[in-house]
Amino acid sequence: MRRRAFIKGSLALGAAAILPLNIVEVEASEAQSFTFAFISDAHLQHIKGDSFVQNWDKGLKMAVAECNLLDPKPDFIIFGGDLAQLGKPEELDHGAEILSALRAPVKMMLGEHDYYLDLGEKWGQMFGDHYYSFDHKGVHFVVLNSILTDERWIKKWATPMERMQTMAGLDDPNGSPFMVGDEQWKWLRRDLQNYSDDTPIVVFSHSPLQKIYKGWNFWTDDCERFYDIVKRFHKVNVIYGHVHQIQYNKIGNIAFNSVMSTAWPWPYPDSYKKAGVKVPKMTVKMNRADPFFERDATGWQFIDVHSGRCDLHYILPNNTNRTVAYDFQANRPKNRRYQDCPIPPQHHY
Amino acid sequence: MKTLYISVITAAFLSAAPLGLPKLHIPESNPQTKAKVELGEMLFFDPSFSRDGTISCATCHDPDKAFTDQLPVSVGIDGKKGTRNAPTVINAAYYTSQFWDGRVQSLAEQAKFPPINPVEGGLHDWSEVVSIMKKNPEYVKRVKEVFGTDEITIDHFGMAIEAFERTIIEGDSRFDRYYFGGDESALNERERNGLALFLGKGRCVECHTISQTHALFTNNKFLNLGVGWSKIEKDLPSILKAYDIKDTLAEDEAVLMNEKFSELGRYVVTKEIDDIGAFKTPTLRNVELTFPYMHDGSLTTLEEVIVWYNNGGRLSPDDPLSPFIDGGIRELGLTAQEMEDLVAFLKTLTSPQRMKK
Repeated sequence: MRRRAFIKGSLALGAAAILPLNIVEVEASEAQSFTFAFISDAHLQHIKGDSFVQNWDKGLKMAVAECNLLDPKPDFIIFGGDLAQLGKPEELDHGAEILSALRAPVKMMLGEHDYYLDLGEKWGQMFGDHYYSFDHKGVHFVVLNSILTDERWIKKWATPMERMQTMAGLDDPNGSPFMVGDEQWKWLRRDLQNYSDDTPIVVFSHSPLQKIYKGWNFWTDDCERFYDIVKRFHKVNVIYGHVHQIQYNKIGNIAFNSVMSTAWPWPYPDSYKKAGVKVPKMTVKMNRADPFFERDATGWQFIDVHSGRCDLHYILPNNTNRTVAYDFQANRPKNRRYQDCPIPPQHHY
Repeated sequence: MKTLYISVITAAFLSAAPLGLPKLHIPESNPQTKAKVELGEMLFFDPSFSRDGTISCATCHDPDKAFTDQLPVSVGIDGKKGTRNAPTVINAAYYTSQFWDGRVQSLAEQAKFPPINPVEGGLHDWSEVVSIMKKNPEYVKRVKEVFGTDEITIDHFGMAIEAFERTIIEGDSRFDRYYFGGDESALNERERNGLALFLGKGRCVECHTISQTHALFTNNKFLNLGVGWSKIEKDLPSILKAYDIKDTLAEDEAVLMNEKFSELGRYVVTKEIDDIGAFKTPTLRNVELTFPYMHDGSLTTLEEVIVWYNNGGRLSPDDPLSPFIDGGIRELGLTAQEMEDLVAFLKTLTSPQRMKK
């Protein structure tokens, strides 16, 4: 019960991890365990002059500030695309400035909101290749540009901004399905050829490399080509943005995880509806109700890589943080807290 | 002062909750008795429970100052300053947690800490508090009477003070008479406009709640308002690294002695980065008298507080904004007149017994 010397003592300490890094080794592998962070879908929106939509700015700034508190530091941070809302140079510059506060190496990925104004020209000048790969501690990482589309669609618009705005509307029927395209698939096949089958592969794509809901481009039209290219690898992981919600599943050898947006949440697409579930039909275009807490249902994540698989830890402001971890017994990703205990329905009065 | 208080207390103890407040929940573990309230009151005003016999609960929770000290941060033994603004005891019994960071649940727990905090009462530990009680035959007699035992413990100290503090319940303000009592004349036009802003454009009610039958003016939650950010902005990662404290006694000492640890707010309890710089929503009853404001007493007037919120968590629109600021705090676009009306409304929350005669 003696208290006097506590503060002195506590200041001398210093190795406490701020966030729990719960790493469990389950099998021997040449790949080491490490942690990286993932921030995505900031959608920074220029108004005029040096004025930007504050809400989106604050979301990205909060994620950056929180990410900087990770201890130990993440090995790198991947930004998952849609830094800008309408691909404007002001938006990309503004985003680069906010991201420059990150205290670990940053890797960038393109989203459609960064791309369809000038077809990624400014983005390329600022951040480099539209697609690339790198090795890290025994894991091979691939960053794809998955938001390309049909050339005829790209050329059919009167102005670049008209094209950009059409693609920026999530459910705009005049949009076009995303694809990775021949050039990148050829490159990827070559890129992977020297890696052994047991090399863990982690692929970042902005859109899901699977077909969830075409209407909102929760979709990559030629994703089957990818499944074919990576089928010989034992452990393939795809982590994608774009959907602004937590999703996870497994197709064959490929574990899929999505990441949260720092800007706003999207609802679940129609394809997720269960049979027999009725929801009111919308007859009036409804804006999202002004939530008091504007970071509601947004967030960022850090990812533990171990034994060639990924555990995603979601940091969700004003919400219960979640972990979707790879379950080696079930051989698929599982939501640690909620998987086996569905949240009971609310009782209204 | 003491006799005056007994009479007020007895009235509050015997009567139902005043207009605008709900019935207070009394847990079975510490039932309310008249003798316990009186013992609690004696303890509350007794400066013996400090190293040099100068500091009592009432030093920082002075009934003549709406149970605060009206200082930015409290001053304990040897003039030592803490890091936080003394919250009022009035209606504190309704809170679901105590202290600015909610590090304890009950008033009985809360009351145990200040006597042994080095910058408050400065006693060494709880056994010292107990031995001071044991040396005073009056306390020995009353503990026996209230708790039926000769073995005095620190929990008797806390439980008796809790019983006393549960009697410091004040409602029936002009707002209550207007809103719950149906007295249209209780608020003037400016004040009524201030209330409309409080409920609407000002978004105040989101946290400072008003319900159908009563108004506690707190949601008992913890929010980062951007207050105090400049104190930790530069070295937050190293402050977090240095803060490796897990028990409440050490927390109590760390946050009141170290300004930087203090600014971690609710984080010290939950260890969630989302709670960095988040502090409990305080009640607004008697807010006119509980100046200065915010957890660190850094805002002097109600006008300044409104300006802070109106600028989305800063005094000037040019000041830097904390990246950890709560998503509910954003620019409000209030006009100068609207801000004045809001302040006018806040002054209608003063209890009748505290109105200037």
